Amino acid sequence: MRALAVAACLWWVPAGAAEVIVIRNARVLPVTRPAFQGAVLVRDGRIAGMGEKVAAPPGATVIDAAGQYLMPGIIDAHLHIAAESINEGSISVSSMVRIEDVVNPEDISIYRALAGGVTTVNVLHGSANSVGGTCAIIKTRWGKDAEGLLFSGAKPGLKFALGENPKRAGASPGRGTAPRYPATRMGVEDVIRQAFTEARQYREAWRAYETKKARNETAVPPRRDLKLEPLVEVLEGRRRAHVHAYRADEILMALRLAEEFGFKIATLDHGLEGYKVAREIARNGAGVTTFSDWWSYKVEAYDAIPYNAALLHRKGVLVSLNSDDVSAELTARLNTEAAKTIRYGGLSEDEALALITINPARQLEIDRRVGSIEPGKDADLTLFDKHPLSAYARVQKVLIDGQVYFDRDRAASEQAERERRKKALLEKMEKEKAGPVKPAPARRPQ
Amino acid sequence: MKRVLPAILALAAALGAEPPSAIAIRGARIVPVSGPVLERGTVVLRDGLIEAVGENLSPAPDVWIMEGKGLTVYPGLIDALSSWGLPAPASASSANRIPQAGAPPPAAPAKGPEDRPSNTSWLRAADLIQPSDRRLEEARGAGFTSAAVFPTSGIFAGQGAVINLAGDRAGEMVVATPAGLYLSLRSGMNAGFPGSLMGVIAYIRQSFLDAGHYRAAQAAYQRTAAMKRPAYDRAVEGLLDCPRVLLPAGRAAEIDRMLRLAAELNLKPVLYGGHEAHRAIGRLRASGAPVLLNLKWPERDREADPEQKDSLQVLEFRDKAPSSAAALARAGLPFAFYSGGVERPRDLRKAVKKAIDAGLAPADALKALTLGAAAIYGVSGRLGSLEPGKIANLVVTDGDLFEEKTKIRYVFVDGVKFEPAVETPGEAAR
Repeated sequence: MRALAVAACLWWVPAGAAEVIVIRNARVLPVTRPAFQGAVLVRDGRIAGMGEKVAAPPGATVIDAAGQYLMPGIIDAHLHIAAESINEGSISVSSMVRIEDVVNPEDISIYRALAGGVTTVNVLHGSANSVGGTCAIIKTRWGKDAEGLLFSGAKPGLKFALGENPKRAGASPGRGTAPRYPATRMGVEDVIRQAFTEARQYREAWRAYETKKARNETAVPPRRDLKLEPLVEVLEGRRRAHVHAYRADEILMALRLAEEFGFKIATLDHGLEGYKVAREIARNGAGVTTFSDWWSYKVEAYDAIPYNAALLHRKGVLVSLNSDDVSAELTARLNTEAAKTIRYGGLSEDEALALITINPARQLEIDRRVGSIEPGKDADLTLFDKHPLSAYARVQKVLIDGQVYFDRDRAASEQAERERRKKALLEKMEKEKAGPVKPAPARRPQ
Repeated sequence: MKRVLPAILALAAALGAEPPSAIAIRGARIVPVSGPVLERGTVVLRDGLIEAVGENLSPAPDVWIMEGKGLTVYPGLIDALSSWGLPAPASASSANRIPQAGAPPPAAPAKGPEDRPSNTSWLRAADLIQPSDRRLEEARGAGFTSAAVFPTSGIFAGQGAVINLAGDRAGEMVVATPAGLYLSLRSGMNAGFPGSLMGVIAYIRQSFLDAGHYRAAQAAYQRTAAMKRPAYDRAVEGLLDCPRVLLPAGRAAEIDRMLRLAAELNLKPVLYGGHEAHRAIGRLRASGAPVLLNLKWPERDREADPEQKDSLQVLEFRDKAPSSAAALARAGLPFAFYSGGVERPRDLRKAVKKAIDAGLAPADALKALTLGAAAIYGVSGRLGSLEPGKIANLVVTDGDLFEEKTKIRYVFVDGVKFEPAVETPGEAAR
């Protein structure tokens, strides 16, 4: 815990972090503990206390949440927002590319997700190729720069993809892309096995070099290969593997491959046929991040059922629900996605909420910091006007690191201000266009 | 009197005499940029260099005198990122032409960084100069006497050079080479890797790592008797020892991204674009990286649907871009201007005027066009101000440089005088 506190000094410290906030009279849904009527105390960006009665220190900012519901900030373990490119589809193994390099802090989707109560998201490379790029976990700190968004200290991830997408891109090249191996599902397996085999050889080459160097022999270090380094990190458990997979047979293939090379799969992403092989997944220990009831949008999604999440959960698989969104429309409604698992599968309220909070946090290995309301965790909190599992619930306030990043009332007045500025600029533009009458600048015939 | 000197020079030329080796412009308003303005001063040029600048100079008897009354003398202007004098890059249409006999076959799509796609880092602008380029004359006519010129095709496009914009032979025009490596972030050029922005960035990162490894391997090979020889690779040779790297960065997020990449790779960055530099002053100050501002200020696409309403973000981007110069000047950060997408050199001063209208002091605008640009390329000891010993690059006007009505009367490049062609209305409408 002390290490965590020390690390906190190195993380981005929000402005006014020293502020103490008390959220009072709320219905608190900690997810990992029973719900209660009471208050949560926030100090230095962290949850400092919670209970039916919490003494507000003098000078504390008090948020009266009477009649409202406070839950942990929602976490989306799989989406594609806030990045200026998603796929490096030109090659089948593109593990050298990093979403972190192309984070776009001005993507409005960040704000959309935030306004939907989502505070942490895992931005993944797309599924155009067998081994994609590295992922970026960010907090939706709208207004911060790219570095300010990053969930620092989180273990990094790498995307893999099986099935239709990587093989389709191989069989029929898209606009401007060359034909690419693989064109079949077994080809995808081969590409991934080959990539890990090369990664092992690469690791051996470095070990041989270190041995030589230790013996004071002259040795030139191997060329650093940024494509293989993330794969070595996966092999060594220093990087999470996120494996896009739909069909049961492919899920089993991924599990076998992981066991063969001795690495852990953090999540099977989508896993729509996961319910067919739930026992095998549970035995392997891989998590699944899936959809509520999205179905039939491509052939490998025909066998999806809305009971998938609940069935997997009952078999002991760590499950979360994701939006897979590029524009954060669904991301902003993950609470209602979670609610569907009560209708389909009969999960309890806490089990349903866990699918969008503590479970994705565990899958991303950030559960020591986020995913539930517990003392010591980051004060990432979402305040709804109704129970978040109600279709009528609307987000009122969102705190990240103890700072209010979204406030519905403030948002309305900010919107009016933006409209005013826009109108002024449009008028200025019109005026300039009309301007003092001047001959139009001569243009060369094109 | 004004007409007399050119007549004499023409006569001298006709008689086959050498042009005068020394010229003085007397009694003109002198703006040295490096020091205070002289309301009535004299500049003496000899053998292509500035010999003296002062108020009460009496030039030697062999000096040809030009009366400068009513004229203003400035250091010649510098385009801080240009293609003037370089051949036009092969257009996409010519690249797609049916290959001719003997032409190299089209490159196969790249499979990764090892194939070195879009890398011509070994190209040197200094080797590509075409003294006959018609744009050189147009540029001089607009008051420009030097430019930092770069090959710009591909991701690792090549090495730039600072050149003077006149000369009989290409080699004589070069002031400094190499001036830096020009990088772009263009993807998807060869249907292979890299096909995305993050692919390009990953490619740049791997290439600089490879360059470091290449150097280490070559050095070890020199020392070691029995060692497998490292392969020669011109694509990474171009990356080694380049004095600076030009990186594209227009929006604030891009400035931030490129500065972080440069810091990670231990590069000395010069950012080009810079239209949102006004939003990134803190970052820029921390890095000290110079910014080259594209004088093609963003504007609404003429072909855009008139019904389409622009977002506030786009409107503000366009509105504030010219204020970037003032923001950089206020912060005391190094910056210069470049012609960018401005097609005709004579429109450049008008574009600078936009930055002045957005708050930039005219003196700062002038500095950015002269000494500021020279300093960014490490040639401020040679170019950019009117000081004894510097290259005799001057622009002589009949008024304030940034006044719309002001005409450029003469420019001097390496001490050689040029008179801009008189612009007839017919020509303007060309």
